[in-house]
Amino acid sequence: MPAVKEIQEKMRARAGELLRDGGVSMALGWKRGEFCHDPEPAFFESEAELDNFVYDGFSSPLLSKYLIETIRKDKQKGEGKGSKFLVFLKPCDSYGLNLLLKEHRVERERVYAVGVGCPGMLDVDKIRAAGVKNMRSFDETETEVTIHASSGDKTLARRDILLEKCLVCKGPEFAVQDEVLAPGLPSFEGGDRFAGVTELESMSPEERFSFWRNELSRCIRCNACRNACPVCSCNKCVFDNPQSGVQAKSNADSFEENMFHIVRAFHVAGRCSDCGECSRVCPQKIPLHLLNRKFIKDINAFYGAFQAGADAEARAPLTNYEFGDVEPGAVVKRGGGA
Amino acid sequence: MLLKLSLDKTGGLFTEMARDRTLYLPVKRGGQADFAPWTPEAEVCLDYLNTARSIKDFFLPQTENIAAFKREGKKITITPTHEEPSPFVVFGARACDVRSLDVLDRVFLSDPVDTFYKAQRENGVIVSMACAEPEETCFCNAFGIDAAEPRGDVVTWIAGNFLYWEAKTPAGEALTGKLETLMSEADSSDLKEIEEQGKAARAAFKELPLGKLSLEGWSGDDLLGKFTSPLWEKMSKSCLGCGTCTYVCPTCQCYDIQDFDTGHGIARFRCWDSCMYSDFTLMAHGNPRKSQLERFRQRFMHKLVYYPANNDGMYSCVGCGRCVAKCPISMNIAKVIKALGGNANA
Repeated sequence: MPAVKEIQEKMRARAGELLRDGGVSMALGWKRGEFCHDPEPAFFESEAELDNFVYDGFSSPLLSKYLIETIRKDKQKGEGKGSKFLVFLKPCDSYGLNLLLKEHRVERERVYAVGVGCPGMLDVDKIRAAGVKNMRSFDETETEVTIHASSGDKTLARRDILLEKCLVCKGPEFAVQDEVLAPGLPSFEGGDRFAGVTELESMSPEERFSFWRNELSRCIRCNACRNACPVCSCNKCVFDNPQSGVQAKSNADSFEENMFHIVRAFHVAGRCSDCGECSRVCPQKIPLHLLNRKFIKDINAFYGAFQAGADAEARAPLTNYEFGDVEPGAVVKRGGGA
Repeated sequence: MLLKLSLDKTGGLFTEMARDRTLYLPVKRGGQADFAPWTPEAEVCLDYLNTARSIKDFFLPQTENIAAFKREGKKITITPTHEEPSPFVVFGARACDVRSLDVLDRVFLSDPVDTFYKAQRENGVIVSMACAEPEETCFCNAFGIDAAEPRGDVVTWIAGNFLYWEAKTPAGEALTGKLETLMSEADSSDLKEIEEQGKAARAAFKELPLGKLSLEGWSGDDLLGKFTSPLWEKMSKSCLGCGTCTYVCPTCQCYDIQDFDTGHGIARFRCWDSCMYSDFTLMAHGNPRKSQLERFRQRFMHKLVYYPANNDGMYSCVGCGRCVAKCPISMNIAKVIKALGGNANA
């Protein structure tokens, strides 16, 4: 199993080849930032630009959603029609691409998807909480990360500093890909990803309500959760549309404000691949993934295990109808709907 | 006069400050520090340098209700609903946030004066706190801000086991008058300790990844050159168009006034707006900035070119680093300053 740095070099070389003579006009990857822990999604158009290419434990932003704009702009230009775009996909992002394909937001023939093994992405805040100040560089393996910082060197167990979303990784398989570079990086044996939901379910409705009121009270309506979400891909979100009647940058009433998250959770129900980006990008650290996971858990319970984005063809439980489908009365049986 | 108080006695200080006004200070919320009203149970965290949100919240709140409209038959009743301002203290504001008020003042206190903002400014006392060390994402020194010697009505320092306190304005003196009995006078050795700490802090800022960021090339002389730079297209490509940078920014001051249909009337409110949004400054013909490229450029041109051009060269960035820490995809103003600035950052 190759080290992460080796994977990076393989990716850089492969992107170079494909840009040079592989019929690919742009490669979507990550480039080095100002710190050692802030790679930024990047669009490489030539081999020379790949000098800045980076893939490491901080390449957490997903890339699949950028394909929508990339292809749209390419079409606008009118030239280069039919050119392909290379996108590097971590396993979780491959589910995102499948959802974009399924919903006709991205055309399969415009994409060259290269799957890359992922060692689990790291959480800077957890590293800081472990007493690290001013990270300068780091070395990583699948199990350990050694950080060089002004506070001294520190070796941490990778598992202890993973992003929440990576602690419940869906596994190393790619839901869609044209080729795979460096497969087999083990995902961490995910813990029980529904543990947080189960805990919420065990609360009384009043406790649960106050839990969410408290969490959502920190929301600043920055829309980062929505904009980072691979399935929040409406051309015009109702919340941005003055004609929708529910447009809101913020609201006069704080419960109306909370409705944004409730509406969003309903809209992505059955489509959420549980990539966890919403919680990762939230500047206020609201555990938004818990809303989506509640839907996933219920869908699994009512319709059998289902993974959104696992394929680009099959009908999802909520957009399908079968005679055996659960009836609305299920709500009452579960003690709701009084 | 420099006063001091043992750190284990700050609870008494907070109780006294909160006696006749609301005291806001950094409190642990959702795993990070944010300004919140003090209560005896609050988990106060003075070791946090940067709160997630800035002190802008107290002067230009994210949402403020302005008026309620109610129609009965042919009669419309309009009732002002803005909260009456009441005295408050912001304790623990850092030098960057204190400077941000200068930026906001120039917008809201110049003619026509924003009465809501003015009332908040008149009712608020700022107790700032010096930074003994920087956060990794800090770059206030690029804007000539001295983190070790902030401004404010009262300035405080934490050194050793003591909180040091010095009133700087009449409002600060008045607040200090009520608290003096809790504190004792500091001596020259205390002063020396603060000075040494300040020196070390200033040196540490320079050693940061952004510690040598230079504003060279951002003099505002080359407005058109900056505006038409081909680099904007490249830089804006990864931008998600969310409003995180604008909402965590202490100086972003754009707002919108909207009507909320309550079902039986209208609640008119003012709220923050973000130039990153597609419906920002929406007019009958649409948004004047149709692409994310244009919106992205607007934010940085405003901070680094338009604002200084209209305000004696003062940039409307204070280097607090919140946008650097919070951008979902790690694009930020430091990258823009470097990419489009002079050679000093090369």
